[in-house]
Amino acid sequence: MDDLRLLDTVERYIKGEMQPDERVHFEQLRKTNAEVDQLVVEHTFFLQQMNRFGEWKKFKSLLSNIHVDLAEKGQINSARLQGKAKVVYLWNRYKRVSAIAASIAVITTLVISSLVWIIAPASPRSQFEELNKKFSQLEDKTRKQAKEIDRIKDKATSVPQDIPFTTGGTGFIIDAKGYLVTNAHVVEDAKQIAIQNNRGEYLVQVVFQDTERDIAILKIEDENFKPYSSLPYGLSKQTAKLAEPIFTLGYPRNEVVYSQGYLSAKTGFNGDTLSCQIEINANRGNSGSPILNRKGEVIGILNGRETNTQGFAFAVQSKYIFDVIESLKKESSSRTLRIPSRSSLIGLDRTEQVRKMQDYVYMVKVN
Amino acid sequence: MNSELQEVGLLKGLAAGDRKIIEGIYKDHFNMIQSLIVNNNGSVDDARDIFQEAMVVLYEKVRTGSFELNCQLKTYLYSVSKRLWLKRLQQNNRLFTQEVDLEATIPVDEEIGQHEKRDAEFELMSQAIQRLGEPCKSLLEAYYLRKMNMQDIALQFGYTNSDNAKNQKYKCLMRLKKLFFSEYKNGNTHG
Repeated sequence: MDDLRLLDTVERYIKGEMQPDERVHFEQLRKTNAEVDQLVVEHTFFLQQMNRFGEWKKFKSLLSNIHVDLAEKGQINSARLQGKAKVVYLWNRYKRVSAIAASIAVITTLVISSLVWIIAPASPRSQFEELNKKFSQLEDKTRKQAKEIDRIKDKATSVPQDIPFTTGGTGFIIDAKGYLVTNAHVVEDAKQIAIQNNRGEYLVQVVFQDTERDIAILKIEDENFKPYSSLPYGLSKQTAKLAEPIFTLGYPRNEVVYSQGYLSAKTGFNGDTLSCQIEINANRGNSGSPILNRKGEVIGILNGRETNTQGFAFAVQSKYIFDVIESLKKESSSRTLRIPSRSSLIGLDRTEQVRKMQDYVYMVKVN
Repeated sequence: MNSELQEVGLLKGLAAGDRKIIEGIYKDHFNMIQSLIVNNNGSVDDARDIFQEAMVVLYEKVRTGSFELNCQLKTYLYSVSKRLWLKRLQQNNRLFTQEVDLEATIPVDEEIGQHEKRDAEFELMSQAIQRLGEPCKSLLEAYYLRKMNMQDIALQFGYTNSDNAKNQKYKCLMRLKKLFFSEYKNGNTHG
C-alpha cells in the first residue's frame, strides 16, 4: 500500500466512513503494525486541530460580520459620534428626559402663576407679567430648539445643482468620520469637488495632496453626511504578492462597475517602485478606485494605465496611504485618522463582499 | 430558574453556531463591555476586539459541551472581558483606572489560560497554512475547512479529474503536516 492510499484509508477510518468488515480488517492491521497505529494517532490529532481551527476562524468572521451588521442597524453604539450626528444622537437619547423636563417646567410655571394670581390678587400686576414673560421665554426657547432640530433633520440642503462638473474619478472611505482617499491627479486644480453614490451626494474638500505618490485625502464637508459606524474593508500595509487575485469597484460610468484581475508586476510604469502593475479592465473614471485582495483588504489605489496596451493598469500601493496620513498628521496635528487594518470581508463570497463595500466607494466629481 | 434555562438555551444556540442567537447575545452585551473598555483607556476598536475575544472564550467553553457557567452569562462575559483587558493594559504599561465594578466578577484565570494556549495553537496552524502558499492553501481549505468534495474541488481548481486533485491534496497535506508538527514539537505553543 503506498503512502497516499494509506493516508486516505486512515482518514476514512477516522471519519468513520469504513464498512464494518473493512473496519475490522483495518483495526487488526493497526494492532499488528505500530507504524500504522502511530499514523492514526497523529493524524487524528491533526484533523482535530484543523477542524477546530476551521470552526474558530468561521466563528471569528461571523462575529465581525455581526458587529458590522448591528452597527449599521444602530443596535449597538459603535458609531464614533461627532458634530451634527452627536447632536442628533444626544437628542434621540435625551428626548424623553427633555420632554419630561419641559412639561414639568410648563406645569410649574402655570401652577405658580395661577397660585400667585389666586393668593395675591392684590399684588402688583408686574409680578404676574414677569412670570408670564418667563413662560413665553420658555416657549420661545422650545420653539427655537424645535427649529434647530428640524434644521438638523432636514435633508433638503445639498450639493448645488448648477455646478458644471467636468471631470471625475473614484474615491473610497478610509475613515468612518468621512475621510476619503483618491488620486491627487483626480482633484488637481479643482474648484469644487462633490462625491456621489447610492447613499447620497456630498461636498468635499481636499485636506492633503501628495502629487509624488499621487494620493489625495478628501474630507466630506456636508451637513447631510452621517458618519459611518465602521468600514467593511481594511487597509493592508504589505505589498501584494505576484499573481494575487484582485478586484475593484469604481465609477468609469455613472454606475458602479466591478472588475477583477490579478497583480502582474510588483513595480509600476517604467519600473516605478511606488506603484504596481495589475491586469484589470480599467477605464477613464477608474482613477482612485480601491484595489482589494480576496480577503477584502485594500492593497492599492488604481491610478492609470498604459496608453498603447489594453488590459493592464497601475496602482499606487496602499502602504503609501499610511505615509501620506503621517505627513498629514505632522501638518495639522488635530487631524487623527483611524485607518481600519482589519477587514470583516474575510471568508465572504465575492458578491457579498461587493454588496457590503458599495456604500463606501464614491464617484468623485470635479469642477 | 426560568432565566437559567433560557441562558442554557442561548449557550446551546451559540455552540451550534446559530447566527440569530449569537447576534442576540452580541446585541445584549456589547454596550456594557464597550463602556468598560472606553472608560478605562480603551478605544472603540479595543472594545470590539476584547468583546469578540470574550465571545470566543465563551464559544470554546460551550463547544466542549459545558453549559454550566456557574453565573449569569452577563457576569461571565464581563469577567472575561475585564481580565483580558487588564492583561492587555499591563502589556502596554497602561493603567486600569476603574475603582468600582459595574458588575460582579468571577475568577476566570483558568479559562483564559486555556484560551491563550488554544489561541497559540490556532496561530500556529494559521501560520503553517499561510506558509504553504497557493494552490495548496486554497485546496486544503476547500477540503478540510469548507468540506467540499473532491469532484467539486477538481472542477473549481481545474484538475482534469478527482484523482489528480486527490494526488495534489495529498502532497499539500504532507507539507502542511510537516510545517505544523515541526513548529508544534518545538514547543512553540508552551505545551
